[in-house]
Amino acid sequence: MNSELSVSLWRGAQDGRYETYRVPQRQTQTVLDVVTFVQRHIDPTLSYRFACRVGVCGSCAMTVNGKPRWTCRTHVAKVAAGGRLEIGPLANLPVIKDLATDMRLFFEKWQQAKGAFVPTKTRHDAIAQIKPDTPARQAADAAIECINCGVCYAACDSVRWNSNYLGPAALTRVWTLINDARDGGNSARLQAIAGDGGCHACHSHQSCQELCPQALNPTAAIAALKRRTAMAYLNGEITP
Amino acid sequence: MIGRELKHRGSALWLAAILHRISGLALAIFLPFHFLVLGLAINGEGRLENFLCWTDQPLVKVAEIGLVFLFTTHLLGGLRILVIENFAWREGQKQLATLAAALSAIVAFAFLVRVF
Amino acid sequence: MNVRLYVWQRATAAVMAPLVVVHIAIIFYASRQGMSAADVLARTRGSIAWAAFYALFVLAVSIHASIGVRNILTEWSPLPERRADACAVFFGLVLAVLGLRAVAAVVLP
Repeated sequence: MNSELSVSLWRGAQDGRYETYRVPQRQTQTVLDVVTFVQRHIDPTLSYRFACRVGVCGSCAMTVNGKPRWTCRTHVAKVAAGGRLEIGPLANLPVIKDLATDMRLFFEKWQQAKGAFVPTKTRHDAIAQIKPDTPARQAADAAIECINCGVCYAACDSVRWNSNYLGPAALTRVWTLINDARDGGNSARLQAIAGDGGCHACHSHQSCQELCPQALNPTAAIAALKRRTAMAYLNGEITP
Repeated sequence: MIGRELKHRGSALWLAAILHRISGLALAIFLPFHFLVLGLAINGEGRLENFLCWTDQPLVKVAEIGLVFLFTTHLLGGLRILVIENFAWREGQKQLATLAAALSAIVAFAFLVRVF
Repeated sequence: MNVRLYVWQRATAAVMAPLVVVHIAIIFYASRQGMSAADVLARTRGSIAWAAFYALFVLAVSIHASIGVRNILTEWSPLPERRADACAVFFGLVLAVLGLRAVAAVVLP
């Protein structure tokens, strides 16, 4: 393996440009390895994020040849057709610098969607008995492994077209909480996701589902939320 | 925004959604004209008949085939949404979406055969 | 899009799905028979069934299409939301008025 990769990296902030670097190609190499090589051996001013390097934290998500992915889990051999790579920051988020984005809005929308657990018991109450095989718990478990990497948010066209849209990750977390028998915040939650920017903004493009590195299915969770909110609306429990 | 084309947009389901939207828009533009034409009958079939003679031209027939395609596409795309939103999740949606597009094309082709 | 608009759009879609299939079948039938305007109108004039069918279709599509247009305007155009709402409502009214007029044109004896 003597070849070199031609790697274009986004440099600058919102209005920046792609700059190209030559990086030695190795037998097994991830996109994160490539970015790290550039920062260590070519240009130390390159800014990017990573933490675990092994696909459990979600920090290294970037746009690789047009798709948002975890760079530590993306093998160069799989994506670098003709030895070319184009790496940019995640879409739909403001760029701080180079490959690092400002994720505050992503997390603010999480809060707006009421994606936080609302307890109903205190330490003086008996521990809640949750059977793992109830339909509700199975639904929650199927959606619970989100680590807030932002890939779905970056992939989503509804996020791109509708600045109010809460996004697939926030709504998926809402779905897990709605199915959590211990939680007491459902009416406020349903109300929060039933307005402009709520779950009904989803058009089922399914980019989120296709690209989620945790193999979660926000499209399905959001479809279920659409049913729940519709029922709640027809029952008069919420107002749009 | 950086504005790069995002590659996952080529996926069958994304195309299904876009086709659904575009066909809806096209039908929405077409409808008022359709209603105006039918409204010609308000004074007897004469004016409507004259208009329908005009529509016998090949170019108009081609446009009608396009309309049938759009109509069928929009129906099938809408059914896709209704199924996702009201029934249990199913695998194989990409294949179904491709099949639906093929079905629209077949229906439009059948119409072509009828009118030419 | 919110839950109220969503419910109306999906409900009208569900109502229209069978109507669309019938309408496509009619289009095929009429073109196969080579029907003229007079032939079509002979069948529709004075028919309560066709009046009901197409009146329902017109009302449903007026609601459905206007909500769809509203979505496109809010997502793909720079129009502010109030403007998009107004355009959509106007469009829906145009469809309803022209559509019911067309139904009257073909069913009134």
